[in-house]
Amino acid sequence: MDAPSSTVLEARGLEKRIDGPSGRLDILRGISLAVQRGETVAILGASGSGKSTLLGLLAGLDAPSDGEVRLLGQAISELDEDGRAALRAGRVGFVFQSFQLLPALTALENVLLPLELNPAHAGTARGVLQERAQGALERVGLTPRASHYPHQLSGGEQQRVAIARAIVDDPAILFADEPTGNLDARTGERVIELLFGLARAPAQGASPTALVLVTHDAELAGQCDRILHIQDGVLA
Amino acid sequence: MIAAAGAGFGGLRGLLRGTWREWRTAELRVLAAALVVAVAAVAAVGFFTDRVDRGMAQQATLLLGGDLAVVGDNPLPEAWREQARARGLETARTAALPSVVFSADDESRLSALRAVDRSWPLVGEARLRTDPAAADQPRTHGPEPGTAWLEGALLRELQLEVGDQVEVGDLDLKITGELTREPDRGSSLMDLAPRLMFAHEDLAASGLIGPGSRVRYELFVTGPAAAVEEYRAWLEERLEPGQRLMGLEDANPELRTAIERAERFLGLASLMAVLLAGAAIAVAAHHFAQRRADAAAVMRALGASGRRVLLTYFSRVLLVALLASMVGLAIGFGAQFVLSALLGEWLAGDLPPPGPRPVIAGLAVGLITAAGFALPALLRIGNVPPLRVLRRDMGLPPASVWLTGLLAVLAFGALLYWQAADPLLAGWVLVGTAAALLLLGLLGLLLVLALRPLRNRGGMALRFGLANLSRRGGLSAVQLVAFSIGILALLLLAIVRVDLLSAWDASIPEDAPNQFFINIQPGQAEAFADRVEASGLERPHLDPMIRGRLVAINDLPVQPDDFEDERDQRLLQREFNLSWAEQPPAHNRVIRGHWFHDGPIGEAAGDAWSVEAGLMERFDLEIGDTLTFRIVGQAVRGTIANVREVDWDSFQVNFFVIGPPALLQDQPRTYITALYVPEELRAEQSRWLREFPAVTAIDVTALLAQVREVMDQATRAVEYVFLFTLIAGLTVLYAAVQATRGVRRREAALLRTLGARRADIRNGLLAEFGALGFLAGLLAAVIATAVGALLAWQVFGFDYRINPMTFVFGIGGGTLGIALAGWLGTRRVLDQAPLTVLRGPE
Repeated sequence: MDAPSSTVLEARGLEKRIDGPSGRLDILRGISLAVQRGETVAILGASGSGKSTLLGLLAGLDAPSDGEVRLLGQAISELDEDGRAALRAGRVGFVFQSFQLLPALTALENVLLPLELNPAHAGTARGVLQERAQGALERVGLTPRASHYPHQLSGGEQQRVAIARAIVDDPAILFADEPTGNLDARTGERVIELLFGLARAPAQGASPTALVLVTHDAELAGQCDRILHIQDGVLA
Repeated sequence: MIAAAGAGFGGLRGLLRGTWREWRTAELRVLAAALVVAVAAVAAVGFFTDRVDRGMAQQATLLLGGDLAVVGDNPLPEAWREQARARGLETARTAALPSVVFSADDESRLSALRAVDRSWPLVGEARLRTDPAAADQPRTHGPEPGTAWLEGALLRELQLEVGDQVEVGDLDLKITGELTREPDRGSSLMDLAPRLMFAHEDLAASGLIGPGSRVRYELFVTGPAAAVEEYRAWLEERLEPGQRLMGLEDANPELRTAIERAERFLGLASLMAVLLAGAAIAVAAHHFAQRRADAAAVMRALGASGRRVLLTYFSRVLLVALLASMVGLAIGFGAQFVLSALLGEWLAGDLPPPGPRPVIAGLAVGLITAAGFALPALLRIGNVPPLRVLRRDMGLPPASVWLTGLLAVLAFGALLYWQAADPLLAGWVLVGTAAALLLLGLLGLLLVLALRPLRNRGGMALRFGLANLSRRGGLSAVQLVAFSIGILALLLLAIVRVDLLSAWDASIPEDAPNQFFINIQPGQAEAFADRVEASGLERPHLDPMIRGRLVAINDLPVQPDDFEDERDQRLLQREFNLSWAEQPPAHNRVIRGHWFHDGPIGEAAGDAWSVEAGLMERFDLEIGDTLTFRIVGQAVRGTIANVREVDWDSFQVNFFVIGPPALLQDQPRTYITALYVPEELRAEQSRWLREFPAVTAIDVTALLAQVREVMDQATRAVEYVFLFTLIAGLTVLYAAVQATRGVRRREAALLRTLGARRADIRNGLLAEFGALGFLAGLLAAVIATAVGALLAWQVFGFDYRINPMTFVFGIGGGTLGIALAGWLGTRRVLDQAPLTVLRGPE
């Protein structure tokens, strides 16, 4: 299903409107963009500018009011909820501001999750998947913490587990939503180094991962190949 | 949520508005649902028992024959009757005695005679059929002098009709009607013979009254309660030995005791529903407190005292509890009609409507349960740090485990005390419940922990489900215990009970006696045995039966009032059936001491007793103690020589006390025997009875069928009450599902984001709840089997065979039922849009 071209993500004329108590509200207007394989793109905007809404639309987590998103060559509007989930499984990675680890699962089990959800690995022995998850944990430097539960880890460690989870299946594209928002400056720096390093230097044999980073931090955005400024729902 | 902080901050309108806002959040609805179930269970039983009690009070007057009765073995002083009249009370006199009556054709039959004066019956009415073809008519007075009323059985056995003559002692009475209803007819064994009623004026002329005749003289009194009480006090000072006062509380004591026990048991069973509802309330209140932490922090930051914050929320919870209790009361009122239908056959006549007591009790149960189980969680809201408005990581102070436990125990203990009306019983039930819950909780926690290794097997869904269970270990254990109790109750009643009964049936030999023959007169004993033998049955063994009252133990007089236990009192009020025997009965076993001629005690004089083991224990007797019985006015004293173990389920004739022949054979006696009469000889049996009219047959099969029916009715009623327990168990599930809903939503959304299909999430939820149901069913089945085995071994005395169905239904029903209920409660998380994960934690 992957696009033959090098474009992994393309949006055309995206609109998002909601009907509020004081009438119609335009959140996003006429957004068009494209992201190439291996490219790092920052969407930079102030709080309330609509950047998280845009991320949701681009990742297929929400449906636009108008316009089209093609993710990995597939028009998202043609898919139902389960179809979109299947499209994401194993090919799209996420890193969130609030880590979003499952508290009932250990670090290793959290990392294992995308592998298990990807139908492509349905026939693969669990031991093989587990090894792969161990490998991802190793890449973020958390091998000794594999059997720890999220509440037993520091914020920085939790975010590193989240990054391991995001890259474990070598996704074509990785979405990061304010990944340092809940971390202190030093930990944040180290997490960003890791994130960019892993995106730019994929595991052996894997193709490079595109990174779409949503942030209000101009310095962080500056580390990306390209910056898209968003203001009042419009790309500047 | 913060908006809720401002609203409802004072005054009744504020309270109502604030409560209405809170109502729209799930936690208070869970709390309300749990309270509705708890109050409905208690109210259903409460309304029903209140109606039964009122019915009993009404019936007691009827059964007793008045508001007060004096009973004596000798004629009661005429002055007592005059005294009653002088106090404005109505009186009636009767005398009852057994005697053989004859027809003109010399047919004879033992009858329970009763001579009544003109003012009998004081309450209710008798019914008489004067024409066999017509319906019976009410009568508010007894027969005229020179006439008699006979029960149908007696008329038929003597082949008499209305209008014929009947001989009663020296009297020749004209039968003027068939007695179809006698309002104050007793139910003792002596009254089993059919009734012949005649006028009190004729008693003296009958020639039946003489020394040694067994007459029971009765004086009935009715009138205003105060006058009756004064008269009672006046009489109490004048009573002599052999005379007894009976009030309304004495009417039909067996039925009353049985009903009181049933009421108490149903009441305690309904409290199990309250206990589970309490668990649901505790979970809901805990969640409620957590969700109000932000609003409470804002209130405190704006200057509200902790006390005020606590009061604000507590008053809302109490208001919801009050409303929920009212709904529970209404449902309970409807539900009690089912109980009345299930148990109503026990009680003659329609039940009167209930009084206000169950309403007050129901509301009290609701408020006490709400306060006891919700208060510890609510106290935490009052103590929320105001700094939380700046630092959201500053949570509520932790709940005190001790306070939570103490308040729950206090609340439940108060309810137990109220329901059991007996501090000792309440204490034991409380201790037993606490121990059982601790054990169940521990087992539940162990089972949940035992699931951990399973997480590395099976698919993602199973692993995720099991991971959720063990992560919420405490909450999972609470749910596990709640479901186990509900399933256990149903398994015990539906499977174990049936097993025990059929095993008991199977333990009774095929040819166990099914008929008892009593009142076999000494002169006819040999002839009766010949007659039975001639019908092709084995020659029956006839046991002599002598009636005697226990009057002294170790030469110290005993009175019923000396004993606190009702059964002890009743044993002493009645006459014992005594017997004599050369050898110990074949189906008894001498467990201590020696049989009469084999040992030293009482051998020379032959004044020894053989006593049943249970009676020894009941009156705390030892070998060597002496017992004195009064038999027809004569004291018969003996020393206890040995103790017998009697199998009361054998359906053989058994006696509490047996003496050697020398001690008893000169006493007046009748004979008794038990026989297995096959169905094809039933017609033959009727012919024996016709030939030996004094003999009464008691059909044990019919008696057993009746016992079985009563048991069936009782268990159906208990099953019905336990249904509330099961529903209360489901409210625990509801509470747990609601408390974890937010987390589940976020997790489902995250899984969807990572590419999970709806089916993956659904399977995870089914695996989680299915595993919970599986464990609860397993625990319940194991306990039900253990209880069944214990009952079989300890109570019934046979081996219990494990029924695989207990496990099939327990585990299968538990797994499917809880998986389905859990799935229904959580299925909406599947609709969660993945976008929610971008919005950060709640």
